[in-house]
Amino acid sequence: MELAEKTTPAINSRTWKQKLREYRTQPLSLLLKILMLLSVAISAGVLVMLVGYILVKGIPALIKYCPSIFAWEYNSTNVSMTPALVNTVIMTVLSLLLAVPVGIFAAIYLVEYAKRGSKLVKVIRVTAETLSGIPSIVYGLFGYLLFVITLGMGYSLIAGAVTLAIMILPLIIRTTEEALLSVPDSYREGSFGLGAGRLRTVFTIVLPSAIPGILAGVILAIGRIVGESAALIFTAGTFAAVPDSLTDSARTLSVHMYALLSEGLYTEQAHAAAVVLLVLVVDINALSGFAAKKLAGKSE
Amino acid sequence: MHKYKETIMHGVFLLSACISVIAVITICIFLFANGIPAIAEIGVFDFLLGKNWKPLENQFGIFPMIVGSLYVTAGAILIGVPIGLLCAVYMAKFCPQKLYKILKPAIELMAGIPSIVYGFFGLMVIVPMMQNIAGGSGKSMLTASLLLGMMILPTIIGVAESAIRAVPECFYEGSLALGATAERSVFFATLPAAKTGIMAGVILGIGRAIGETMAVVMVCGNQSVMPKGLASGIRTLTANIVLEMGYAADLHRDALIATAVVLFVFILLINTLFSIIKNRSKD
Repeated sequence: MELAEKTTPAINSRTWKQKLREYRTQPLSLLLKILMLLSVAISAGVLVMLVGYILVKGIPALIKYCPSIFAWEYNSTNVSMTPALVNTVIMTVLSLLLAVPVGIFAAIYLVEYAKRGSKLVKVIRVTAETLSGIPSIVYGLFGYLLFVITLGMGYSLIAGAVTLAIMILPLIIRTTEEALLSVPDSYREGSFGLGAGRLRTVFTIVLPSAIPGILAGVILAIGRIVGESAALIFTAGTFAAVPDSLTDSARTLSVHMYALLSEGLYTEQAHAAAVVLLVLVVDINALSGFAAKKLAGKSE
Repeated sequence: MHKYKETIMHGVFLLSACISVIAVITICIFLFANGIPAIAEIGVFDFLLGKNWKPLENQFGIFPMIVGSLYVTAGAILIGVPIGLLCAVYMAKFCPQKLYKILKPAIELMAGIPSIVYGFFGLMVIVPMMQNIAGGSGKSMLTASLLLGMMILPTIIGVAESAIRAVPECFYEGSLALGATAERSVFFATLPAAKTGIMAGVILGIGRAIGETMAVVMVCGNQSVMPKGLASGIRTLTANIVLEMGYAADLHRDALIATAVVLFVFILLINTLFSIIKNRSKD
């Protein structure tokens, strides 16, 4: 299909004049075209407005409070976001440590081991889809009920990390599955033909070729962890300090922003936090796109 | 020895794959076990259809919140679907290659922006704007619908675009050959063929909108009364949970968990609908 687009014969291309003449007799087509362009303009406009607003308001705020807003300790005069940044990193690492191995193994089972059309696979697919549809506030409540109350973890980093790990699991399974499926079967056949077992084939042949795709999924998951707030308020709590242990309450940057906004006193600091959050997420997304492109380049 | 390792790792893979099943079951158990008794204690009808949410007076009716969630979601769909769909058609069929290279990552970026940032933007930009236009506090059903409409745009554009691209090119070419303009061909030959895929995208958008919490809580006003009009403040199911969970205790807390159960059931229904439609489009 792509090829056909690139080699459009000259007879099919029309000049502006021809198009305009056509539109004069076809008002509906003209209307549709205008509506389409308008929609694109609105969609792009929303994004530009949002990013523009955050940057224009946030960067001056960031500069104004510059040294003190990055102080190591949070207090109500400096409203520092450093503890929240550190917590975000810890939370991300913890959640990934829990979710990535499980997600990759699950995908390996689904792609390399399971028989096609088996009932178990169907059940796993359905549940993974269900998991990816559950709103984050429901995850938050579930984490609160199971980890915070029943398992007695209290508001803690670890309770938040386990909750987030469950939340990003379907994303990791799906992207890893896609990456594994894009590895050509001839690789596997070659490996089997040389006498390697299934396990060895998976770890030495299939997984290495699928790494860019898996990485793209993991980076997307990082983006979701960094941006998540609803699932963390009732699991990791909102305590604004770098924790001493995994059982301490800790707010990530998103939760920090929520806390600032609901207190309503630190609008400028919230702007500054929003810039940092936005820049983080944009970078993470760009990184993921880059990894995915690398995969696409490889498989061609 | 090798055989041994193979078997163990097979077991590990199988176990990992089962974790998502276990997770769904545990989530169901914990939500229902904590929520259902509360619903029973309050009374199913008093809970679901009661119009008064006054935790201090032991009145727990979530009907205003259910209606609020549905209204806001409907508003978001009304705003997001036409714009998203037209945008998707343009991107799939009319967009010059150069513009596409900018537009596609931009839409993907929109999907990646955290909801708290959307909420912040809504609170700081859309709320004052609405204050000027409609008067009042500016935190209203309309504001929330507008913000949610923006938030579901990337979901709808993404799914609809791939659905349109999946339609065989001959539909379009056949229509062109019969003398229809390019726009007519796309809208009346290609688009109907992509119907199921587009529906799946809309349903996915509904799921997003109804489950959205942090952005909505900033801009919807959060009054737990029956919505009176577009400019009146409302409270959604999600907002109800996030606003009061922090200090709730006893029956109040359980009523909030029951609110999450209602939300969860909504989402399960939407998910089922989604997979039915998706399976149909595969056939």
